[in-house]
Amino acid sequence: MIRRAQFKKPRNKLEESEISFHPPIIKDNLCCNCPSCKKIVFLEDLKNNLGVCPICSKHLKIKARERIQYIADADTFEELFGDLKSNNILNFPDYDQKLSASQDQSNENEAVITGVCEINDIKCCIFAMEPFFMMGSMGSVVGEKIARLFEYASERKLSVIGFTISGGARMQEGMLSLMQMAKVSAAVNRHSKLGLLYIAILCDPTAGGVTASFAMSADIIAAEPQALICFAGPRVIEQTIRQKLPPNFQKAEFLLEKGFIDIVMPRYDQKKFLTDMLKIHTFNQEKNAV
Amino acid sequence: MNAYEKLLKARSKDRATFSRFLNTIFDNFYEFHGDRRFADDLAVIGGVAYLGDLPVTVIGLEKGIDTKDKIKRNFGCANPEGYRKALRLMKQAEKFKRPVICFIDTSGAYCGIGAEERGQGQAISQNLTEMASLECPVIAIVIGEGGSGGALALSVADEIWMLENAVYSVISPEGCASILWKDAKRAQEAAECLKMTAEDLLNLGIIDKIIQEKNFDQTTKDIKELLTNTIKKLMSLSVKDLINNRYFKYRNMGNRFI
Repeated sequence: MIRRAQFKKPRNKLEESEISFHPPIIKDNLCCNCPSCKKIVFLEDLKNNLGVCPICSKHLKIKARERIQYIADADTFEELFGDLKSNNILNFPDYDQKLSASQDQSNENEAVITGVCEINDIKCCIFAMEPFFMMGSMGSVVGEKIARLFEYASERKLSVIGFTISGGARMQEGMLSLMQMAKVSAAVNRHSKLGLLYIAILCDPTAGGVTASFAMSADIIAAEPQALICFAGPRVIEQTIRQKLPPNFQKAEFLLEKGFIDIVMPRYDQKKFLTDMLKIHTFNQEKNAV
Repeated sequence: MNAYEKLLKARSKDRATFSRFLNTIFDNFYEFHGDRRFADDLAVIGGVAYLGDLPVTVIGLEKGIDTKDKIKRNFGCANPEGYRKALRLMKQAEKFKRPVICFIDTSGAYCGIGAEERGQGQAISQNLTEMASLECPVIAIVIGEGGSGGALALSVADEIWMLENAVYSVISPEGCASILWKDAKRAQEAAECLKMTAEDLLNLGIIDKIIQEKNFDQTTKDIKELLTNTIKKLMSLSVKDLINNRYFKYRNMGNRFI
């Protein structure tokens, strides 16, 4: 007998329940709902807690600039290539509106911020992707800024620290977006061949073309707790294989277990972690230089 | 023909797949199997062969010929082990100073639980990184569908060519339409917007050449001649120049629009 249920499409709750691609709904200027535990938290508390929910420890999306502020020593961040902006190269419908809406929403020119800073007095290059700009998607300008940063770091023999948050390649720029994967990978490769350090911290979510290029090519790959890290998103996989996905699938802890990341690193420990990594990996280089 | 018609043509079941090109263009092919880590992915066929009198490494994505073969080859959707096998063969080519020729025909890298567990993203990422500095000539030819990252993982090359009716896209038009407009039926419209035909991509400076499709024998004859001449030219370069040229090829891609 054929069971009817076999022909039913799987019900898909993943999208709304666990994975939130949106910032919390702010009710007023004082408090908001944590998108994970739904409890009401004060914005002030959230901010003091580096954007981590004080109740359930969910690492919420934070702006790229805030992230850099948490990591860099005060007043040491110097932005590079900040004036680059995307154009609607392919005349893709609604892309212009989406770009200007994202610029307003995020107050940034593009979906990544690049620059140099000091972390406990160690100079390094840093990039952080902006979740509030088209979900950190990678178009020509994002690729160009990151590639330039790696070249800048290569010339000056600096380490690179990167925070990845991205839905993947930006389809509104078609194949030019896809080629950014190859472009950035090539720049990472050159930097690496000079014996320089690149640390990636994968944040929620890191997906598609970013996972399949510079997120996975770092010397040290760390991830924030419970971050979704995938090539194909859970919804796409469910639709392809018509099966329920195992619990915790594609979360940071899952990747740790499968051997694809080095360490899960909560936000409050990241600065110390990065400082230690920078010190350990440049110890012999500095000695040789002297 | 508009973009969507080309896409349908590229996907058509009557279209020649990689193994037919392989048997026509190359002589004395030996297939090498396995990624030495997990398994042998049959969506990727690779090995050594002669191009005229020149030994080369040939790697390609094979969609399969009949139903049984298609299932065996997972419809040309490679798992991580497929990309790792390809990389292993490329590294072998580098060691023995042979050129690498990649044929691309896939709707994309496979998305399934196993593929994610075994690091699809990591496998593609590693191919991109390693191919950028592979110390031998690499030529990639898109013969049918070039599906996103799964196609890119075999096409970081000194030259990228496309058959006249092949397509190469960042996302399938169906996927694009369902994400943007929540309606997969608007794929035709999306296909146009995504600029995925050989002509579009030549204009954008992403590919280097379009190979006209005449009858199959003539097309493969043309490919063979083009390959022979191009490889001769690339082999005359020093390794340093070869890698530098490849770096700047990708480095400058699309920069005229920024």
